[in-house]
Amino acid sequence: MRAVVAVIGKDTVGILAKICAICAEGNANVMDVTQTIMQDLFAMTMLIDISKLSEDYNTFADKLTKAGEEMKLQIHVMHEDIFNAMHRV
Amino acid sequence: MVLNTNDILETIKMIQEENLDIRTITMGISLLDCIDSDIDKACGKVYDKMMRLACDHVKTGEDIEKRYGIPIINKRLSVTPIAMLAAAAKGSPVKFAQTLQKVADETGVNYVGGYSALVHKGCSAGDRELIESIPEALSVTTKVCSSVNVGSTRAGINMNAVALMGKIIKQASEATANDHCFGAAKIVVFCNAVEDNPFMAGAFHGVGEPDCVINVGVSGPGVVRAALAKMPDASIDEVADTIKKTAFKVTRMGQLVGTEASKILGVPFGIVDLSLAPTPAVGDSVAHILEEIGLESCGAYGTTAALALLNDAVKKGGVMASSRVGGLSGAFIPVSEDAGMIEAVERGSLRLEKLEAMTAVCSVGLDMIVIPGDTPDEIISAIIADEAAIGMVNSKTTAVRVIPAIGMKEGETLEFGGLFGSGPVMPVNKFSPAKFISRGGHIPAPLQSLKN
Repeated sequence: MRAVVAVIGKDTVGILAKICAICAEGNANVMDVTQTIMQDLFAMTMLIDISKLSEDYNTFADKLTKAGEEMKLQIHVMHEDIFNAMHRV
Repeated sequence: MVLNTNDILETIKMIQEENLDIRTITMGISLLDCIDSDIDKACGKVYDKMMRLACDHVKTGEDIEKRYGIPIINKRLSVTPIAMLAAAAKGSPVKFAQTLQKVADETGVNYVGGYSALVHKGCSAGDRELIESIPEALSVTTKVCSSVNVGSTRAGINMNAVALMGKIIKQASEATANDHCFGAAKIVVFCNAVEDNPFMAGAFHGVGEPDCVINVGVSGPGVVRAALAKMPDASIDEVADTIKKTAFKVTRMGQLVGTEASKILGVPFGIVDLSLAPTPAVGDSVAHILEEIGLESCGAYGTTAALALLNDAVKKGGVMASSRVGGLSGAFIPVSEDAGMIEAVERGSLRLEKLEAMTAVCSVGLDMIVIPGDTPDEIISAIIADEAAIGMVNSKTTAVRVIPAIGMKEGETLEFGGLFGSGPVMPVNKFSPAKFISRGGHIPAPLQSLKN
């Protein structure tokens, strides 16, 4: 099972570090990271493996969203299936 | 990365900015095995069965919302038409409504549909009792929805039921006059009602359905409009194509959510209703899509054609995205729930006659329309008859959900709040159809019914 973590907002120092720390804490393996600047917006998407999560998925997702609020970033954690469903025939 | 960043950002944008959501997951529950000649025993069985099957319905919905990051606005239940249970049991059918309300409160669902009767060819035991109890049932409950099927392409139109429903709608409105006349907003009168509709107020669980089933209704007018806004000079062919592609994406999400919910709850997956359901939120309007296609205001000449195009493209895009399509499937045009429709009525470009024409090419009918409180019963009945005739002849579902705003006149506004929005009181043609309605009887099934 994999999930996508999407981070959107103004670029600051330590975004990746903070998110990776939360992933490590929850035993989610980071599989891939891409980063782009879209219309002055920092956008990072990360693919993580959540099959061996050490905590409840909801708790884990809440932690990331909360970290986002603290850094004034939007962080969305979504199961990869939604993207496969919407964008693949 | 296997996934494309642009795809990911597009999905997030659709959800965050364009109001993409799953409008409803509706669990259909058959109550045929709860029939009992003792009404209290029957209510007990209804309660037990519904609580057993639906106790985790809301939680499952919330877990799916979290996992996929997609809002699911409503979690609802629909049940076998209660008239069938009322047929066997002695006593007021309102007891069933109270039982449904209790289940709704305890499970946390938004609405329960199925306080219904199917009388397109005539009333059988229980039907008339149930219909006459609708105003009381809807005034003593808040989450129970009612529907009555008065016609079909196969059977014609039951004009006695049509006459009765005019009175019932008025009474339901009067009984809830202190509560924004909300009773009338919870009744739908159908022609060609479908058995697997997940949307309120017309949802019920048909007798041809399995014991328990999950149906999903998608939404997304905002997404369609945003897609069209990017192509101001495209031809109509390209417009249709873009709507199709967008509808495909939206429906795939509904399919995913439905399959997932059915897996978690251990209940078979029924259908995805390919719908464009507006909400009063800014940017979530079907009227605004029509205006984006090129009309100055919804209701202008061209509206019916643009809506036909929209409705058809939504179905074509959606049909490939889902393994099972059903329900009402099409664009909804509820006036009070659509910010663009409300504006169009207020600026005088959208009238009842145009709305009636629009219902010939879309799902479903005259929906959430506020009319003056002093509208005579027979005029409401005649509105129902016209709408049912459109459905009967075109082999499609049509419905009427009008709200007589007690004590209010044309030009005033009835506020409901929430998903139901607010509705300007619309003028109705005051010439009397009383003689036509009072004749009673049955409009015979049209030639279209003879297909065998």
